[in-house]
Amino acid sequence: MAEASYGKIAKDGFWNNNVALVQILGLCPLLAVTSTAVNGLGLGLATTLVLICSNVTVSLIRHLVRPEVRIPVFVLVIASFVTAVELAMNAFFHDLYKVLGIFIPLIVTNCSILGRAEAFASKNSVSKSFLDGLTMGLGFLIILVLLGAMREIIGFGTLFAQAHMMFGEVARGLTTTVFENYKGFLLAVLPPGAFIGLGLLIAVKNLIDQRATRRARQPAPAAGPAKAEA
Amino acid sequence: MSMLKASSPHIHGPAAVNAVMLEVSLALLPALAAYTWLFGWGVIFNVLLAIATALLSEAAVLRMRGREVAATLGDGSALLTALLLAIALPPLAPWWLIVVGTAFAIIFAKQLYGGLGFNPFNPAMVGYVVLLISFPLEMTSWLAPLDVREHTLDLSATAAYVFGGQLPLQGGIDSLTMATPLDTVKTRLGLEHTMGEILRDPVLGILGGRGWEIVNAMVLLGGLWMLFRRLITWHVPVAMLGTLFVTSGLFHLIDPEHYSGPLFHIASGGALLGAFFIATDPVSGATSTRGRIIFGIGVGLFTFIIRAWGGYPDGVAFSILLMNMAAPTIDYYTRPRVFGHTGGH
Repeated sequence: MAEASYGKIAKDGFWNNNVALVQILGLCPLLAVTSTAVNGLGLGLATTLVLICSNVTVSLIRHLVRPEVRIPVFVLVIASFVTAVELAMNAFFHDLYKVLGIFIPLIVTNCSILGRAEAFASKNSVSKSFLDGLTMGLGFLIILVLLGAMREIIGFGTLFAQAHMMFGEVARGLTTTVFENYKGFLLAVLPPGAFIGLGLLIAVKNLIDQRATRRARQPAPAAGPAKAEA
Repeated sequence: MSMLKASSPHIHGPAAVNAVMLEVSLALLPALAAYTWLFGWGVIFNVLLAIATALLSEAAVLRMRGREVAATLGDGSALLTALLLAIALPPLAPWWLIVVGTAFAIIFAKQLYGGLGFNPFNPAMVGYVVLLISFPLEMTSWLAPLDVREHTLDLSATAAYVFGGQLPLQGGIDSLTMATPLDTVKTRLGLEHTMGEILRDPVLGILGGRGWEIVNAMVLLGGLWMLFRRLITWHVPVAMLGTLFVTSGLFHLIDPEHYSGPLFHIASGGALLGAFFIATDPVSGATSTRGRIIFGIGVGLFTFIIRAWGGYPDGVAFSILLMNMAAPTIDYYTRPRVFGHTGGH
């Protein structure tokens, strides 16, 4: 993996090595806060910010830190950025901060951040680490928002409810009611809905990958019959 | 399902899956008939909607999985799931409630795990519990038995409610519904009423709830017939009902004013349906003989705990799902001894 190209880094972050769908890391916040799209977006942005900052910092100090103590140093770096983000959210997005609650400080324990620091940033240049943090974070954010939107539509029948918590009063118009007089399928908002929703998203990703490989293999006539098990 | 024909001895059980499923469905018919007779046309709509949804969603998933559709639909397991769910749901329910519950049971609880034989949980109970936690209002609107309530709904009025949500009555659905017997007991015990007072409530009959006890007697009849036909063994029902009887009897003896009697526990709610038709599910339950007894004891114990101290009036569905989760472990520890091998090999 010595010299990954920028294109490959971006593709890995968004798709091939997506934090939520492939690495299945950061499940605790992923499953717990995605009851609405706005919650997912808020946590996704916070995580992305921390991931970029920690990746860049770890990459900057990668030649100064002795390997024996690298993990505690990484954790310290991550924890300071999380604290900064937490204080900033408390100041500027106070309502959202109250909704996300414990899951903002818990970004420290999001394995994907330490994982990227250890597996990528400590071995690569600053610009590549920045791009890796950005794409990994955005890949995670997209899934958070998608899962949140799915659960919100099925669970409450709305989309982007409480958008004003993030974008100010202007965004009240962003809230759309998808179904009028919707009874609300509570299961989607409860924990089982998160597991089922994530499972479905992973299934969709695998299905798309499978189609892509099949199409790539198409010219060869001996592709064989479709596999019995999906 | 055809078996290889071999020379004697010709020992064979009632092998075909669809024959078993069909007989179990037949055993449910008396209870369904009594349910319809006592609570009106809504039950028929529930049954038909559930069957249609079950068959359609099963066919859709089978197509997506590239499996043979007709052969699997013919095994009757989707039909049985639909019937079990329909008899567990309130007798007058909007159409989408039935459709959501049945589709969830078939698609998520059964087919996503690999279809019949691979589902760790009983699909009908998963569907029921999903509805119970998602739509508490609709799932607790139970009709009063026909001889207790003032209005009767004819076929067209029932259809209007099921498909349009409109009732031609003043007061809406609330003028038709009342708390179930278990709910009545739970609520009034919470209000510091004594059992002596509660038992005079018009909703209660001789053993269980008025009307409900007849439905449950028909369930018992179907269950005994299944035992007689050897479709199920006695272990699970006896263990479950016995545990429920003993634990509730014990608490009733200690404090008769705050715990309802053991016969009331058995004759109301889903105890009999669960014991004979659902906990005996060969796929999601334990399979060894000792395992079945442990499984039944667990279901009975959890049912009593949830009924007596839990948040829901009835706990049969939750108990069965909890024990479904434990079934593989139970089977692991109760494997019958294998004879004919020297120790350790």
